[in-house]
This record gives sequence, C-alpha cells and structure tokens, in this order.
Amino acid sequence: MASNLTQFAYLVAAVCFIMALRGLSSPETSQNGNRWGMAGMAIAIVTTIITPDFAWVLVPLGILIGGGIGTVVAKKIEMTALPQLVAAFHSLVGLAAVFVAAAALSAPAAFSILAADGGIKAASLIEMSLGTAIGAITFTGSLVAFAKLQGLVSGRPLVFKGQHPLNAGLGILLLALVVLFAFSGGSVALFVAIVVVALALGFLLILPIGGADMPVVVSMLNSYSGWAAAGIGFTLGNPLLIVTGALVGSSGAILSYIMCKGMNRSIINVILGGFGGEVAGEGGAAAGGGADRAVKAGSADDAAFIMKNASKVIIVPGYGMAVAQAQHALREMADLLKKEGVDVRYAIHPVAGRMPGHMNVLLAEANVPYDEVFELEEINHEFGTADVAFVIGANDVTNPAAKSDPKSPIFGMPILDVEKAKTVLFIKRSMASGYAGVENDLFFRPNTMMLFGDAKKVTEQIVKALD
Amino acid sequence: MDTTEIVRAAAKLAHETEALSLKANEVLAQAAHLQALSDHGIGFVSLLTVFVLACFVGYYVVWRVTPALHSPLMAVTNAVSSVIIVGALVATATDTTASRLLGFLAVILASVNIFGGFLVTQRMLGMFKKKQK
Repeated sequence: MASNLTQFAYLVAAVCFIMALRGLSSPETSQNGNRWGMAGMAIAIVTTIITPDFAWVLVPLGILIGGGIGTVVAKKIEMTALPQLVAAFHSLVGLAAVFVAAAALSAPAAFSILAADGGIKAASLIEMSLGTAIGAITFTGSLVAFAKLQGLVSGRPLVFKGQHPLNAGLGILLLALVVLFAFSGGSVALFVAIVVVALALGFLLILPIGGADMPVVVSMLNSYSGWAAAGIGFTLGNPLLIVTGALVGSSGAILSYIMCKGMNRSIINVILGGFGGEVAGEGGAAAGGGADRAVKAGSADDAAFIMKNASKVIIVPGYGMAVAQAQHALREMADLLKKEGVDVRYAIHPVAGRMPGHMNVLLAEANVPYDEVFELEEINHEFGTADVAFVIGANDVTNPAAKSDPKSPIFGMPILDVEKAKTVLFIKRSMASGYAGVENDLFFRPNTMMLFGDAKKVTEQIVKALD
Repeated sequence: MDTTEIVRAAAKLAHETEALSLKANEVLAQAAHLQALSDHGIGFVSLLTVFVLACFVGYYVVWRVTPALHSPLMAVTNAVSSVIIVGALVATATDTTASRLLGFLAVILASVNIFGGFLVTQRMLGMFKKKQK
C-alpha cells in the first residue's frame, strides 16, 4: 500500500487540491481551479483502487449510488438552499470518517496499524478516536444546522439550564474515553462509547446557536470535517488525507473568523450560543415604540424618480431580498438605471447571507456581473459620493447604532455607511426590527424614505415606473 | 591436563556460549523493539510535519481567496475533504465482513459529497460573469 509510486500519486493529488483552492483567488481562474480539484480526486481514487484485492462489485456500486445521488442533488438545488446543502454535505463527511475508523478497528491488519504484540498501536488508537470523535460531532452538529437552516426546527436558540456544564462534562468524558481507548488495545465497546458521546455532544453544541449565527456554524463545521479527515489520515498514515484535512480545516477556521469579525462577536460567544433569543419580545416593543416617531414613506414612483435622476446608486442587498426572490427584479431595475446613465454598484456585508459569500452567488445567479459587486471595505468610503443608497432586505448591517451607541447589542459590528448617501431608500415589510432586535435609527432620518411592502413587488413596481 | 579438566572446561565454555547467545537474542529483540518504536516515531513526526506545513499552506491560500467566492470555496473544500474515500476503498478490500460493509457505506457517503460538491461548485462558478461590453 505504501509503495513509492502510490505515495507519489498522492502527492500529485495533494498539489491538485492546493491548485483548486488557489484558483478561487479570482472568478476568472476559478473554473479551472475546480477542474484541478476533480483531477486530484480522480488520481487519488484510481491510485487506491489499483490493488490486487480490489472489491470489484462493492466499489463501483457504491460510487454509482453515491455519485448518482450527489449529481441529482447538485443539479436540482436552489441557490437559496445552498447553506443547508453544504451543512448536509458536512454531515456526510463526518459520518464517513466514523465508518472508516470503525472499519480500521475491525480489520487492523489491512490498515497496517498492528503493534508487535497483536494489539493495535496506542498512537493509532488515539488518532483514530480523535478522528472518530470529531467526525461524529460534525455529523450530528451538521444535522442540527441543516434542520435549522431548512426550517425543520425553529432557528431560535434552544437554551436550557445546566447546558454548558453538561456540554463541558460530556467533553471531559469524551477525552477520558479516548485515553482509556488508547490503552485498551482496541476495545470495541469503548469505541462505541466514544461515538455515542460525540454524537450527543455534536447535537447539544449546535442546539443553542441561533439562526443569525448560522454563517459561523456552517464555517465551523466545515473546519471540523477537515480535522476529522486529518485525524483519519494520521491513523492510516496517509499524507494525502492529512494534507487535505489540514487545508479544509484551516479554510473553515478562517471563514469562521471572517464571519465572527463581520458580526463583531468572538467565536466563544457564538459557540456558547443564545444570541437572538429575545428577538421576538424586543422586536415587538421596538415596533411599538417606533410608531410614535415620524417616518417618511414613499411610493415606487417616487423611488424611480429619485434614482433616475441620480448619477450614482449603491444597492445594499440583504438576506430578505433572497427570501422574497427579488434578485431578478433587482437586476432588471439596475439594468434600466444603467441605460439612463446611472452608475450602479452593489455593496455586500460579510454576513449578508446565510453562509460566507452566499449573497454573491445569489446575485451572480441573477446575472449581476461580479465586477459591479463590492465588499464592505472596498465600497464603504463611496457612500459619501453616492446619491442613493438602495437598501433591500437588509437592516442591522446598516444600523448606525453599531458605531455610535455603546449600549446597543450590535455595537462595534462593521456596518455599511448608507447614511452618508444623499438619499437612503429602504424597502421593508414593516417597521419591525432585525435579527438583533435593535431599532434602526436610520428609518427616522430626514434623508431616508421608506418603501413599505414585499421586496419583490416593490422592486417590480419601480421597474414598471422606470420603463 | 587430564581429560576431566578438558571436559569441565568444554562444558563451561558451552554454558557460557549458551548464555551469550541468550543475551544476543535479548539484545536483538530489544533492537527490533527499538527499531519498531523509532519507525513509528519517525513516521509520526514526518506525518506531523506534513500536517503542520499543510496548515500553513492552507492559511495562505485561503486568505487569497476573494470573498465573493467564499461559498464555492466551502463547497469545494467539502468535496475535497471527501478524499477520505481513500480509507473507505482500503476497507472494502479487506477480508473482514464488518470492515467491508463499513467501507461500502463510507464509499457511498463520500461519493455523494465528491460528485455533489464538485458539481455544485461548477454550477456556482459558471454563474459568475463579467460585465458585457
């Protein structure tokens, strides 16, 4: 199994995977990058398959079944449902890691992890149990994330008394089991115990995390699935698995960091969960309080008139736009404005969607050219020179309280400076507050015009008025 | 020198040789043990080296990924981490039924991810277009 040729092929595959990630540095090179990735995977599989005792029936059958399911799902999936798809995929990697570890435990000779005395090497057992534990946590954690994103269970954080001590206890129990397992020479009962405890832990860890924090959770589970693969790689002594696991693990970790920074939260704070629990209660209160203050409401015709006469319009889309399926109408509106000679750009907040980069994909799907779409740091200084900021389906990410009010729960979060534009157009269903349960002072400013209604309908009316 | 003395000396010599050979055996066993230990030791350290270096490569490559493509990045890393199928393939080729079954299930799961992950990435990337001039 460890012949030089095989190892060399694995090295080539690992380089292909690095090239795949490298390609993503720009949309132009990205498709080629993905092909590198596919080639790497093909090399890895073919190299492993060419052994004298290859299972001729099982493997093609397995790949056919799995590949068929994967292909159909990938072709059919709606881009709005991307985050739950990715969560589901993560759960599969986690479960596969558990299965591979269990297989290695039941046939240690074939995986060459036997010690001289006939038992399994302690080091291999530690690596195996760590890979298994992370894999099992990834599995149930991703299932919970999937259920929350898909709306099968409420996105509200589920918090109960003694939750954190319980999780900590389970974590310590898990470590103790790993140590016992390492000295057991490969006890099946202990292995099963590790799997069960890790499954429970994965479930309990994600349960208290609210819907607003899902971008972090999805990134974190992405990272976990990588570490699980690396753990199995150590057990099998397979450098390809280790390299890939490390790449995926660090990628997920970086994305989690970026998402946390986008919300000004620490990763610990997100993991401990509970954020957004008071949304319903406070939201109601905020809406009630807001009724007393004067709000300038406008019609679609007003909005069309203002934008037509502008020279620069910056569109700020949020997840509400995707929920209302307004992205195509929005692009039509932008096209008409461009025909009038208006400079149209899009500004994307890091946590605008339900996963990193989600909003970019949704806009790309609606045929918005990617060179009109800008990230927060790239475009934030341009709001001062913009005539109109058109906010559609976003709220908290534009709230100036994040800069001025230290008491606000979102204080310190980087926001898009829409208030610097000459006019702010805000499409919103009602005066209700956003995820964080904070009232947005922007609604009451003299240069803000509220456009009440469904994002898609209002945008379509504007399109009609522009025509 | 009489015969008994020669016999006694020969016996003593034989005894010493035996002891020596026993000792040699012991040393050999110890050497083998050490060899095995160091084999694994070196193996582990070089694997760890690979791991740590790969973490650094991952760190620098991923920071260069444009934020606009973070969703495809996630989908493709997901597909790539299914290279765990390599372990599953080894499992299907063993002669233990349990191991073969587990390997088979893992092959199915990993294949869903490989095909699903790469194809959905391709689909996403295909949507990113430049402004038409």
